[in-house]
Amino acid sequence: MALLQISEPGQTPDPHQRRIAVGIDLGTTHSLVASVRNGIAECLPDDQGRVILPSVVRYLDAERRQIGFDALAAQVDDPANTISSVKRLMGRGINDIASRAQLPYQLNDKPGMVTLQTVAGEKSPVEISAEILATLRFRAEDTFDDDIHGAVITVPAYFDDAQRQATKDAAQLAGLNVLRLINEPTAAAIAYGLDNGSEGVYAVYDLGGGTFDISILRLTQGVFEVVATGGDSALGGDDYDRALVDWVLTKAGVAADTLTPTDKAALQRAARAGKEALSVSSPVPFNVQLAKALVSFELKAEDFETATAHLTQRTLTAVRKALRDAKLVKDDIKGVVMVGGSTRMPQVRKAAANFFGSEPLTNLNPDEVVALGAAISANQLAGNNTGDDLLLLDVIPLSLGIETMGGLVERIVPRNQTIPTAMAQDFTTYKDGQTALALHVVQGERDLVVDCRSLARFELRGIPPMAAGAARIRVTFTVDADGLLSVNAKEQVSGVEATIDVKPSYGLSDDEIARMLQDSFSTAQQDMQARALAEAQVDADRMLLATGSALEADADLLSPNERARIDSLMVALADTRTNGDAAAIEAATNALAEGTEAFAAERMNKGIQKALAGKNIEAV
Amino acid sequence: MATLQSTDFELFGVPAQFAQDRAALDARWKDLQREAHPDKFAAQGAAAQRVAMQWSVRINEAYQRLKDPLKRASYLCEMNGAPINAETNTAMPTDFLMQQMEWREELDEAGTLDELEALLAQVNEREGEQLSKIGQSIDGAKDFNAAAQQVRSLMFMQRFASEVDARMDQLGQ
Repeated sequence: MALLQISEPGQTPDPHQRRIAVGIDLGTTHSLVASVRNGIAECLPDDQGRVILPSVVRYLDAERRQIGFDALAAQVDDPANTISSVKRLMGRGINDIASRAQLPYQLNDKPGMVTLQTVAGEKSPVEISAEILATLRFRAEDTFDDDIHGAVITVPAYFDDAQRQATKDAAQLAGLNVLRLINEPTAAAIAYGLDNGSEGVYAVYDLGGGTFDISILRLTQGVFEVVATGGDSALGGDDYDRALVDWVLTKAGVAADTLTPTDKAALQRAARAGKEALSVSSPVPFNVQLAKALVSFELKAEDFETATAHLTQRTLTAVRKALRDAKLVKDDIKGVVMVGGSTRMPQVRKAAANFFGSEPLTNLNPDEVVALGAAISANQLAGNNTGDDLLLLDVIPLSLGIETMGGLVERIVPRNQTIPTAMAQDFTTYKDGQTALALHVVQGERDLVVDCRSLARFELRGIPPMAAGAARIRVTFTVDADGLLSVNAKEQVSGVEATIDVKPSYGLSDDEIARMLQDSFSTAQQDMQARALAEAQVDADRMLLATGSALEADADLLSPNERARIDSLMVALADTRTNGDAAAIEAATNALAEGTEAFAAERMNKGIQKALAGKNIEAV
Repeated sequence: MATLQSTDFELFGVPAQFAQDRAALDARWKDLQREAHPDKFAAQGAAAQRVAMQWSVRINEAYQRLKDPLKRASYLCEMNGAPINAETNTAMPTDFLMQQMEWREELDEAGTLDELEALLAQVNEREGEQLSKIGQSIDGAKDFNAAAQQVRSLMFMQRFASEVDARMDQLGQ
């Protein structure tokens, strides 16, 4: 659809046009789904009233699996087939996973991303995450007794392109239409900011199960501007558990290499339980029966704090760096929002309070706040205008660049650049008569390619032979609002050009996703056809509605000829909508969209003029 | 009429000069993004997204250039026939080079976060002075060649500041 709607505040589409959109917090430890109902964002509970879904998948055999609490309960008995914290493996190669020795799973080294060997065969982290997402999708569909139009999925702000792409693939595999990926701290700020009507600069300190994010946001009149973001995509509550396990093993004099997979799982569970208990009182009992020994003693809060002080310190290092990137000092921060279950640990709250010199804000449930913010965003992106005029201006967390001679990185998009963005740099050939150029796209802050994450390689071929240094090859990086990258290379003299969407090598092609969809979440053929027809009709209705209101508002921008053309396309679409099949309706909708693209551009221009004249939405 | 081809100044509806009101730029940026951001057209299909994306990218590009004094000055120099050409034009006044060498020595010797912060404060102060000189050259004397030379010096200072920053990162780990 090409028509750009510029609606006045408070104007809402017809109620029957309302689309169901959900926000999903796909967490390391647990996941949640939320939606806006009757104007209020709320987390959707399962049939037993629980909003939290443990992010645990257990494969029982080739066909059957358990997801959530049932899987969690089986973790000690069946550690090899019960996958938890899979988020830490998303988009990661085997050498990226520092703690792999402690994991009770059999990991396969595969290019780009590891896979896990289970009783159900080889499973990729994307497939396992899709199981969790599909469970939440079914929960939402059951709640509304309707199809879900789309979802906003949250990712840690510090996720790189490979991790974001893996998350988006997982959502597609779970049959979800991804409206947007948004950063977890931004989602938290939406939930928090809209609730409190806050203005000013806030820090969001988000310590989850497996990731740490710090974001500095400026809130003004519904605009959430991320000023800087930083963090550590491999630092979270799991690491606190592991540090505690290490401390316990040392104290008990047990060597780590004598542990069985069951021992590892039992220790992990006891450590987590001990950590959670210490958030309420101290000391707490710590008892684990290992294959060869019994570990039993009283665990004190001070011991836990000491055993994990280096981890807490690492979060503060990232906080300092984000402040420097934002060119702000501690005193500029009006409040600190604590997000993520791991911020329940008293030593973490204390450290944040000491650092910022003020008590952190914890009045929203740290487990739910991210999903709630995502739901608010999803509702708006689905076109259910809520009256909250919300705008997210997010940034890219890590710099993007190209490998140049000598294994050095030429940075093209610096970190903390507001997205969407497109930035270009000119390169040239280094040999006489060179007709091709190999481009290696990397992400990271280091100067050497080997220290950065390799995202993609592609080639620009067919450059006409020229002297070395004569070719002008413009490489343009485009990062969309989801933070996903595409790269275009064009030789300026000859016009030879090559483009890729950066999909890491493990990235699933759309065909593969379609196949996997059929396999795992297959719907009867007939259902799919009915659904496709219904969706095509809804799209057609919206397109007609949008065109109608655009014409009503701005018909004066069109010549009589242009107007007649659009009118005839509308008549054709209305006719096909009642008589045609899904494909025909879609084609007619696209024809109208294309036929109105120039009109859309004109209207966009008018909107820009309006903003320039100061008559923007706030001022009306 | 602002188009995708308008200058940054035209797009933001502000005078084409070095002196700018940062708060006004911030507000105008947000006003423009409210109209053009792809999220505003999420429910309206691919063609609308494409138009919105083009505008949104262009608005961000202009904002990045306008809000950063160094980039803004470079842009104005280029618009007025005095391109910066930082790669090919590296001639610097002697006293400036002396200052750079002193700073480099200080950076090599600095061992604590406090020392690095003090050095960074010093560099930032000189950057501020350089910016006001640039402002005078552009808005006052309209001497864009002089301004381009001053911009090149400032680029050296900024590169040095980022090296100090990198050292602070290393120490902070």
